[in-house]
Amino acid sequence: MSSTFLGMPARPPRSPYGEGHLRGDQAFPQAAARELGNRQLRDNLHKATRTIRAKRLAVTAELPDWEELRSAGAALKNEAMSRLPELLEQLEAKVTEAGGTVHWARDAAEANALVAELVAATGSREVIKVKSMATQEIGLNEYLESQGVTAHETDLAELIVQLADDRPSHILVPAIHRNREEIRRIFLERIPGVDPDLTSVPAELAAAARAYLREKFMTVPVAVSGANFGIAETGTLSVVESEGNGRMCLTLPKTLITVMGIEKVLPRYADLEVFLQLLPRSSTGERMNPYTTLWTGVTPGDGPQEFHLVLLDNGRTAALADAVGREALNCIRCSACLNVCPVYERVGGHAYGSTYPGPIGAVLTPQLAGTHAAKDDPNASLPYASTLCGACYDACPVKIDIPSLLVELRHQTTERTGRGAEQLAMKAVAAVMGRPKLYRAAQKAAAIGRIAAGRDGTISRLPPPLSGWSESRDTPAPPRRTFRDWYASEEGRRALAAAAEHQDLDETPEGER
Amino acid sequence: MTTRDTARDTVLGRVHDALGLAPRSPVAVPRDYRRGRTLPDDERLGLFTDRLVDYQAQVHTCTSAETPATLASVLTRLSASRVGFPAGLDPAWLVDWHGEAVEDRADVPAPDLSALDAVVTASAAGCAETGTIFLDGSADQGRRALTLVPDAHVCVVDLSQVAVGVPEALARLVPERPTTLISGPSATSDIELERVEGVHGPRTLIVVVRTDA
Ligand code: SF4
Repeated sequence: MSSTFLGMPARPPRSPYGEGHLRGDQAFPQAAARELGNRQLRDNLHKATRTIRAKRLAVTAELPDWEELRSAGAALKNEAMSRLPELLEQLEAKVTEAGGTVHWARDAAEANALVAELVAATGSREVIKVKSMATQEIGLNEYLESQGVTAHETDLAELIVQLADDRPSHILVPAIHRNREEIRRIFLERIPGVDPDLTSVPAELAAAARAYLREKFMTVPVAVSGANFGIAETGTLSVVESEGNGRMCLTLPKTLITVMGIEKVLPRYADLEVFLQLLPRSSTGERMNPYTTLWTGVTPGDGPQEFHLVLLDNGRTAALADAVGREALNCIRCSACLNVCPVYERVGGHAYGSTYPGPIGAVLTPQLAGTHAAKDDPNASLPYASTLCGACYDACPVKIDIPSLLVELRHQTTERTGRGAEQLAMKAVAAVMGRPKLYRAAQKAAAIGRIAAGRDGTISRLPPPLSGWSESRDTPAPPRRTFRDWYASEEGRRALAAAAEHQDLDETPEGER
Repeated sequence: MTTRDTARDTVLGRVHDALGLAPRSPVAVPRDYRRGRTLPDDERLGLFTDRLVDYQAQVHTCTSAETPATLASVLTRLSASRVGFPAGLDPAWLVDWHGEAVEDRADVPAPDLSALDAVVTASAAGCAETGTIFLDGSADQGRRALTLVPDAHVCVVDLSQVAVGVPEALARLVPERPTTLISGPSATSDIELERVEGVHGPRTLIVVVRTDA
């Protein structure tokens, strides 16, 4: 037992600075301005988010008990988080009983070293990888590279990103910022022995990746994966996927190493009945994803005969210690909130600087990694990367109230930083936003601000104490009507219904401005 | 104390501390969603078929007695010449088919499975509402590699195994068995969101539903 069990509880540390991908190199406003210049990115994102959104709406509407499933999902995650110590110990015991080995990692550096050590023990200089947010978060590929081990991403999009020395821009479709012609060129340059007559037809590109990766699946003896869920009751782990690269990695190699954030544990096997409905429908807009693999330890004669589970903290306990913010740990990484976010749709994933982009990233990243590990920490700007329109909350399958969490984080940031007028202004905003009635009243009062706006609809200078805010950015004039007003009106409902048919949800409110 | 023990105790200690700093009240999980559903055979079959077809799987229905003839015609249409099957598969199922039938063994290296044109297995359960079939590594379904490496998978599902929804289907499984859920053939939408079937798994999925079993 550690001494931390005794006496006054200490606040658990954030993910340490300098390791992994939980911090960009530019604050959000600068990074966003850079990304906004990328027309390709914006067009691709627009198409992708609209398409996935439409599919999601169709398949969630199919289930009359969708809201009940969301409530159950939220409660189950809350239950898991409040019973975390016992559930983690139970998971560890069950995995061990089933022939697996469980390891614990306090942070990214420890997890990376552990995985590298396990790989070294197999004698292999290569690993194949299933797409995994946790290993992306800790920068595992880069670390393995530094140890002379090559990590091959096997998800098609991750492969494209990896071959291009790029970073993922979306949780679900990481290469969405690339078009087929770019992908063709990346393959021609980077895949050894690829057919020089390769065309840009998606089926042909996928076939080229299939041929390249099949050789890896058949020869590389070690795989590294993440996990969508870990079941305490049985020690069962699961990976949800589409392409079959997951099944390949989880089945063919001799050794499997799974890195799982400690928040992914669920109490009971039967709880999967909720999440296997919520996740695919929210994520890809499918009734079920093509493949899901569930495994418990090792099975003689079937699949990897050596299994290691690495349980990762890396700032998760710091998030757990925050009474408000810890709700973000409930996230099942479906990406629904990204696809409905007007800010994300325009700037894309790179602007957030973290493995976790979009609305959930704006909440989770500052919590895991902190906002003041560096001078002018880019993470400090993330809670402001939102219009607080509320679409993410409505879309979230586990009902995470992202807008409220953002407001709380803004509040915490301004309390700590103490930046004169801006601090005052933000404190006021936070205090008001915490109470919906006052917030609405303030939004109405803010419409007066239009008078101060120039012809381009932005206010370049606000009176004190808000001048500290307007000095560093153009403030858009408040809408004539607030989004909430509009949303609640008959006209708003009609427009939304019509928009839903055309899946143009994001366009209408803007046209109202 | 080794580093490893320290890491374990530290992480668990931090979890305790976090919950101590901001305690949570006990949570009651509302399970008001649909569970324990049943549907008459014809409706379950209709729903299951509809969802499988929507996922680009091919569906055939037959009676138990027609199993060998149905499998023979399916395999012929696939132009398969070498077909793998797990050791526990009912040998009568393949008697009408005259190509080469290869019984799988655990010691056959995975790359050798690429030489199979198709594989025939039974299944552990089905879910009508999502068009999902479940394999759990039982003797008539074989190890996971067998249904993964060959390019076509022919899966026999008995209608009695097909549950209405996800909760009902999961209730039929043994958690500790290595389990694969399959909904249509392998697919990707990673290139400009255009759906491409068959990236790594079988590119063809054929489901034979036995209506009287
Ligand atoms: S916050 Fe909710 S909507 Fe966003 S990725 Fe997580 S689970 Fe999905």
